[in-house]
Amino acid sequence: MSTLNPTAGTLAGHGHGDGHSHGAHHNPGFISKYIFSTDHKVIGIQFLITTLLMLFVGGGLALGVRWQLAFPWRELPIFGRLLFGSQGAGISPEFYTMMFTMHATVMIFLVIIPILAGAFGNFLIPLQIGADDMAFPVLNMLSYWFMWPAIFLFGASFFVEGGAAAGGWTSYPPLSGIQQAAPASGMGQTLWLLAVTCVGVSSMMGSVNYMTTIINMRAPGLTLFRLPMTIWGMFITAILQAFALPVLTAAGFMLVFDRLLGTTFFVPGGLVVNNAAPTVGGGQALLWQHLFWFYSHPAVYIMLLPAMGMVSDILACFSRKPLFGYRPMVYSMAAIAGLGFIVWGHHMFTSGMNPALGMTFMVSTMMIALPSAVKTFNWLGTMWGGNIQFTVPMINAIAFVSMFVVGGLSGIWMASVPTDIYFHDTYYIVAHFHYVLFGATLFGVFGSIQFWFPKMFGRMMSERLGKLHFILTFIGFNGTFFPMHLLGIAGFPRRLADPYQYPVFEHLRPLNQGMTYFAILMGFAQFILLFNFFYSMFKGKKAGRNPWNANGLEWTAPSPPGHGNFESVPVVYRGPYEYASPLVEADYLMQTTFVAHEDRHVDPDQIEHHA
Amino acid sequence: MNRFWCLFFVASAVLAVVVFSIGPACGWWFPGVAASPLGQQIDDLFYLILAITGVTFIGVHAVLGYILWKFTGKDGKRADFQHGSHTLEVVWSIVPAGVLLFIALYQMDVWAAFRMKSRFDQEALANPIAEVTARQFEWRIRYPAPGKVLQDTPQPDDLYTVNDLHAPAGKPVVIKLRSEDVLHSFFLPHLRVKQDAVPGLVIPVWFEANEPKAYDLVCAELCGWGHYKMRGQLTAQPQADFDAYMQKLKETQFDDGFKEAAGE
Repeated sequence: MSTLNPTAGTLAGHGHGDGHSHGAHHNPGFISKYIFSTDHKVIGIQFLITTLLMLFVGGGLALGVRWQLAFPWRELPIFGRLLFGSQGAGISPEFYTMMFTMHATVMIFLVIIPILAGAFGNFLIPLQIGADDMAFPVLNMLSYWFMWPAIFLFGASFFVEGGAAAGGWTSYPPLSGIQQAAPASGMGQTLWLLAVTCVGVSSMMGSVNYMTTIINMRAPGLTLFRLPMTIWGMFITAILQAFALPVLTAAGFMLVFDRLLGTTFFVPGGLVVNNAAPTVGGGQALLWQHLFWFYSHPAVYIMLLPAMGMVSDILACFSRKPLFGYRPMVYSMAAIAGLGFIVWGHHMFTSGMNPALGMTFMVSTMMIALPSAVKTFNWLGTMWGGNIQFTVPMINAIAFVSMFVVGGLSGIWMASVPTDIYFHDTYYIVAHFHYVLFGATLFGVFGSIQFWFPKMFGRMMSERLGKLHFILTFIGFNGTFFPMHLLGIAGFPRRLADPYQYPVFEHLRPLNQGMTYFAILMGFAQFILLFNFFYSMFKGKKAGRNPWNANGLEWTAPSPPGHGNFESVPVVYRGPYEYASPLVEADYLMQTTFVAHEDRHVDPDQIEHHA
Repeated sequence: MNRFWCLFFVASAVLAVVVFSIGPACGWWFPGVAASPLGQQIDDLFYLILAITGVTFIGVHAVLGYILWKFTGKDGKRADFQHGSHTLEVVWSIVPAGVLLFIALYQMDVWAAFRMKSRFDQEALANPIAEVTARQFEWRIRYPAPGKVLQDTPQPDDLYTVNDLHAPAGKPVVIKLRSEDVLHSFFLPHLRVKQDAVPGLVIPVWFEANEPKAYDLVCAELCGWGHYKMRGQLTAQPQADFDAYMQKLKETQFDDGFKEAAGE
């Protein structure tokens, strides 16, 4: 196993395992230490703080959407007079379409993807594989800084004529392809496409780096099947990204060319949009949907697999028990990633594509539910027979499992073409993906923040505040999103600025109002997280190297680890889940702990072999 | 105190089941019984999947609740040293695989009936009642003149309405769905019919309304800022009323304002 550090020469002579205390004579200035840093830990924390702030931007937009659904055209509190003072201070329908478009955009491209791959991927990969940094530290730094043009472009698009993109985060042409199709289909849409390209560049840099690092820089003894599930999640995600992202990037450029250079990839001829001159050319509107979902369906797993990995680590640690079915867990992740490439058509059952394709996509989509089910059963198996410690990371991880079950099961209706005919583009879909992306991924992230915080900052986050945040968020989340299933069953469509125009939906108004109150509760609960995060950074209880008595390599490094992470090269003797091992008296056995034969707590030959 | 979390998660699961159960009583459910034969089949599939997923949901949460109750951490207790079970993995791979495959294959027929042209009512397919063209933000409807067949290109005697689609009830009818500008979606919630209108494509859509009455026509694909107000109506009528309506439509449309005074 290679532990060569290809960057040793460029990092002020910091070789790997030369025994001296890292950082002792390496004293970079403030800017190169905290701003343009090439240290994976700093980059990870930069990603984390940026994405947490973006979480509030995306959440604010979501509350605007909720307000409109509960009280359409009524004065928007606080911001209404400022934004729409001349038109009764209610949200305009143009702005409403902008809000849900940008809510999804911010949450997907600036929160979920970068918080998993960017923040936790960066911070954890070298620490969990016993490397002193990423394979390409400068590329790593660039991957963070390419986020900023995207943030800037998304932000700026609100201030150009016509406003930010309002074609939905899926940006289906011709609405997004023809400048006259909507006020926001002008400059705002172009900026949106460029920003998504920047995010893509950032992701691709990270992805190349993660694959290289995980393949080449594992500590001696750390075989692939001794990797923690977090690393497997990041590794498989990086592969998914590397294969799927180029398609989106290419499609994005094609759409930009359609908009600016007069090509007609996606726009059929003869359309009269908004009384503009008829379009010329012979493009296909459905082509965009195929290309977009060829990336964006795998992207759904990019937004989930790393969280699955982190939650597996947390569940094993706080059940004080080995992970149940390690290899099936790895294989099912790989299966999700593989099948993830042949299910994109399930977003297009009603789109008008060849109906025979609907049948094949239905079968492949049903089959992708299988590895998800296997993972769920293995998580339950992990907790079964454990000695469960209800810490904040653990309760968030349990919520992940519980919410993932809801999100997974509701997906079956969408995978089934006949029922999807009815549910497509209703709130049933909205309920489904919020249960997966918020209920599963974001609860996993909340747990992971609390779990790895001591490694990031050398201090513990408050358990009390963490539990309060969890309870309020969980109640607010379910109160907001669970009733969306019922809305969906009632046929309530997505993306309507005023659904009550239709008498058939009028009676759903009180339900929507209740959901909005829960959403406001959930929004405010996030300030507890923010406070806990920044307060604990300076005032939290000091943490040692291994505050949770966990097994992973990251817990052998100091908290926070210095430049170069480990004092000496860690040598790995076993996988990361040997909790309750009979070899030792303690209920954990770190990957680096060597247990000499005579020191063993029991004779290994006496141990009944399970796996 | 540790038992609190068991109760917390179990209570949330119970609440989920309760909310789903009281949904129909509160009106948070399908907009009435499906008003078409195919819609009834879709509803049946919905309830079949609801039964399967409901059992799974309750089962998983019962196990989760048991685990959180039984295996709550105690000082001095030690977890089982257990890495997995090959038998269990095989069982919980094969059983869900069988169930999922069953769900997929069982549904093929309804999908085929909805979308495969060979399964359409051939007489209705040969005589579409109207061409429905979606545009920002209205439905433009073109009927053939009474007694004529709908042509691909507009004819001088075609009849036009906006947002007001009439169709005979109690038999399958076909419309030709088009879009003039961006994507739209032709959604009849009561009939469980949805089909995107795609610029450049002409898509035949069939439906059959059981009852002669008015149904909402909803645009279900984001088509711009005015998406929310793209509301139409389907009026299903007995065949005789439909014929009379078409006749009246023709008279109204071709009324040139000059009438011979009666009795002079």
